[in-house]
Amino acid sequence: MYNKGNNMTFKVKALGMAAAAVAMIAAGAVQANKADGVLNAAFTKELENVDSYFNSSREGVVLQRAIWDGLIYRDPATNEYKGNLATSWEWIDDTTLEFKLREGVTFHNGEPFNADDVVYTVNFVADESNGVKTQRNVNWMKSAEKIDDYTVRIHLKAAFPAAIEFLSGPVSMYPNEYYAKVGPSGMGLEPVGTGPYKVSKVVPGSHFVLEKNENYHDSPKGQPEIAKVDIRTIPDVNTQIAELFSGSLDLIWQTPADQAEKLSTMEQFTVANESTMRIGYLTLDAAGRTGEDNPFTKLKVRQAVAHAIDREALVGALLKGKSKVVSSACFPSQFGCEQDLTSYEYDPEKAKALLAEAGYPDGFSTDFYAYRDRDYAEAIASFLNAVGIDTNFNMLQYSALRELRMKEGTPVSFQTWGSYSINDTSAITSQFFKFGSLDDARDEEVRDWLNVADSATDPEVRKENYSKALKKIADQAYWVPMFSYNTNYVYTKEIDYTPTPDEVLRFTTMSWN
Amino acid sequence: MLNFILKRLGLAVLVAFTVSFISFSLMFLSGDPAAALAGETASDQDVEAIRVLYGFDRPMLVQYWDWLSSALVGDLGESYYFKLPVASLIAERLQVTMLLGLCGISFALLTAVPLGVAAAIRPNSIIDRVALFLSVAGQAMPSFWFGLILIVVFSIQFGILPPSGTSTWRHFIMPTIVLGYYAMPAIMRLTRAGMLEVLSSDYIRTARAKGASEFKVLFKHALRNAIIPVVSLAAVQMGFMLGGSIVVESIFALHGAGYLAWESIARNDLPTVQALILVFSLFYIVFTFLSDVLNAWLDPRMRAG
Repeated sequence: MYNKGNNMTFKVKALGMAAAAVAMIAAGAVQANKADGVLNAAFTKELENVDSYFNSSREGVVLQRAIWDGLIYRDPATNEYKGNLATSWEWIDDTTLEFKLREGVTFHNGEPFNADDVVYTVNFVADESNGVKTQRNVNWMKSAEKIDDYTVRIHLKAAFPAAIEFLSGPVSMYPNEYYAKVGPSGMGLEPVGTGPYKVSKVVPGSHFVLEKNENYHDSPKGQPEIAKVDIRTIPDVNTQIAELFSGSLDLIWQTPADQAEKLSTMEQFTVANESTMRIGYLTLDAAGRTGEDNPFTKLKVRQAVAHAIDREALVGALLKGKSKVVSSACFPSQFGCEQDLTSYEYDPEKAKALLAEAGYPDGFSTDFYAYRDRDYAEAIASFLNAVGIDTNFNMLQYSALRELRMKEGTPVSFQTWGSYSINDTSAITSQFFKFGSLDDARDEEVRDWLNVADSATDPEVRKENYSKALKKIADQAYWVPMFSYNTNYVYTKEIDYTPTPDEVLRFTTMSWN
Repeated sequence: MLNFILKRLGLAVLVAFTVSFISFSLMFLSGDPAAALAGETASDQDVEAIRVLYGFDRPMLVQYWDWLSSALVGDLGESYYFKLPVASLIAERLQVTMLLGLCGISFALLTAVPLGVAAAIRPNSIIDRVALFLSVAGQAMPSFWFGLILIVVFSIQFGILPPSGTSTWRHFIMPTIVLGYYAMPAIMRLTRAGMLEVLSSDYIRTARAKGASEFKVLFKHALRNAIIPVVSLAAVQMGFMLGGSIVVESIFALHGAGYLAWESIARNDLPTVQALILVFSLFYIVFTFLSDVLNAWLDPRMRAG
């Protein structure tokens, strides 16, 4: 009896010890986070090069905002422009901007920031032969000129009022001596900037470690609080979530809606949803590039398409979150994005009637193309099928669809555009309606209005001309704008963060709870 | 013999370059490389600038010749995507893949061969049934699912293994099991079949009759003969593991050469894809060659051929 009891206690003890051992190993596996001040985050995509002029991805923008500064800063909440590396600026004439630079700023490597850095950076990136990846971000600049150590002028190729927006976004300032020495690939491996975070480790494409810049200047970005940010590329969303559960990740983003919904029911995580600048739309071959007799050259057919699609249902059932139905060919917050224009309500009967009036009482069949978000594209195609437009659904790789659209055009395709986070209508409407190879409308009047709006320096003139162009695009249903996109941010309750609507993770505005 | 090896090597190199030419052409068929490289935010000018910068406007054959002539003198070029020398990029990624491949094939062999032998000694016994179950399950379970199940159990439930990354040896445990388990069933079934056949042959009966110990009969006489086809299979599996561990590398975020190949195809990163294809073909060639040598060592009859 006694023996048996002893045996039992032993068993219980052993079990308890085993459990404790497992718990200890488990605790060892958790590397986070608040205690040691390291925020572990994940990227989904491999970033090509940390040098912000030589990548074109969202991940690159996130790192760019942490490592470097621009001359100007746009407050993401109020959209107000504030001085960052410049303290003030003024237009000398339509093509010359003069900046007074902030004094006493140093780069992460100790190099002092002054007019030479601005002149070198601008002249380097503006030179097409240096091969900056996203030319549009820099190709409006001609050169920069030093007036004195802390005064600099940037000369534009032509009047370009969106310059301020670009200078507060993708155009960041590099240290001249260091950049001249190491170039883009060296900068990609050991980045040096003036920003709130220094880079302590880069494994190309897969691992990036940022450390707080203790000497960060008095910037409108705010002072960094998180001491260290460790970012790993984890391509599989399920693995990211497992890392989050096991405690070795603190923050993930771009999480699909269905996964985010499940995570939001768990009390240890915050799931925040914010819209992005990306919109989805159908582009219709109004110019008849795929054939003169193409049905989409008829206005009534295009209007029928617009009436056929229940955009509210798409947003409610598929995109969810902060996505909204859009009716203009731009993102609502963008400068000049007119909202007061023709919007087509969901009315399949009217769509059928319009098709009949256009000479297609029994509908017709057409090729339908898409390159991403297959579920959205299929839902849209099925709305078209329902009113008699029989769609032959083609899902292509992005580069294959782009090639097709550039060479021959497509009758109808589902496209998206994120405006590379530039809060100006010139970043979207003007990209597609000025007779470029992706312009399916080829409307001279629209092009001329956009040209005026893109180059006028008077904001009122710009607004008026964007408005005219956008109203005609809506009336003519060249595009059928669908919805804005959103993204989910999932992070532990230890982190305090409010995402912004431009899909840029800002580590500077994160803190520990 | 030397003639034979040289002939085979020459043939293998031809195969490698044929594969590389076909893949080069396929990359052009799969979409405009300039558009892929410029990315989704690119304007027309961006795409055109890249087309000229990288010479995509020239005839495809000229571009292939350019690549080939520098590759032949050892210059694999610079990755279009990462802007880094392809050679150093691949060298870095291959370390992970090779380590994983070696661990995977070792795991497969160390589990499959003993199980196969045990199953063959007692056909239709409980051991045989268990081995059959394991192999059917291994063949039927997709790697991505098995990988996630392991993560759920060992990382989330018990919290004893890290779900992803490469920083310590513990990070390699789950990927090794997943990758190795994929190769295990075929090896195990082949070992079992080979052993069954050999064990019923005359010389085994002779060996037993002359009083050789059961251990000696099994491992010196039987396994040595039964393992010959297994060696060839393992060589092919090893080649597969180096080139085909994409799913495992992606789930466990290992950033190896398989994942690099997969991503580079989507990004139309021609120099990287071409170099990887060459490297993978070379692996197949080397492993097939090694398996022949090993077989010749195991089976003196093969040394003549």
